[in-house]
Amino acid sequence: MEPIVLNYQVDGEDFSTAGEASSAVKKALKQLGFSPDVIRRVAIAMYEGEINMVIHADGGEATAEISQEEIRIILADRGPGIKDIDLAMQEGYSTAPEEVRNLGFGAGMGLPNIKKYSDELKIESTPGVGTTLRILIRT
Amino acid sequence: MMNVHDLAAACGFTYYNGETLNGGAVGGAYCCDLLSWVIGRAGDGDALVTVMSNPNVIAVAVMADLPCVILSEGVKPDDKAMEKAKDNDVIVLSSPWTTYETAVKINGVLKAAGDRE
Repeated sequence: MEPIVLNYQVDGEDFSTAGEASSAVKKALKQLGFSPDVIRRVAIAMYEGEINMVIHADGGEATAEISQEEIRIILADRGPGIKDIDLAMQEGYSTAPEEVRNLGFGAGMGLPNIKKYSDELKIESTPGVGTTLRILIRT
Repeated sequence: MMNVHDLAAACGFTYYNGETLNGGAVGGAYCCDLLSWVIGRAGDGDALVTVMSNPNVIAVAVMADLPCVILSEGVKPDDKAMEKAKDNDVIVLSSPWTTYETAVKINGVLKAAGDRE
């Protein structure tokens, strides 16, 4: 099939509604008949990325490119950027504010979780300019 | 594995949402309030036992395909969480017991069901 491209603006204002783009992609994958395991991996990886954009970057843009063999998720924001990507990849390291931690996030598991559930994760980040995550999941 | 409605009845949990939904199968429980731990580590078929009651809990249950959320210690979901649970067909149960006691109950019921098979 021709790749299907879905595009979403992620609203950075309301943390409680975060996850709408991931939820929409999850529904689309279900309709397209992907296996539960693939859908779960995409949903988890994308949701963690979406949450990060809301916590750290006041939102951004989420794109899903869906083909039979692979699903690519691109999450681009114009947030503060990640100063030290190796450090950010360590479980338990987090710069999330207190109010986010009170809601159960900010435990420093977001990026490690994305890596765990994806086949490839590429992070491009420039402090002061923004961050782009490219997540690849093979079906 | 046991259907979530059978488990709820056997354990004495009550419903905040989803009494009439088709329930999935529960094979165990994951007990945690840190949602990034939950989403990264809860296994397939795990019921989530937590005292967190915000809408993000429901979102995590949806993304990780968890069969239900069980709010322990009699914690009530907030309005936004209830709305999200209804919109996304997530079964939300209430347990008056602590997270530990809730997990022990689930384990007992699942074990007894397994022994009968």
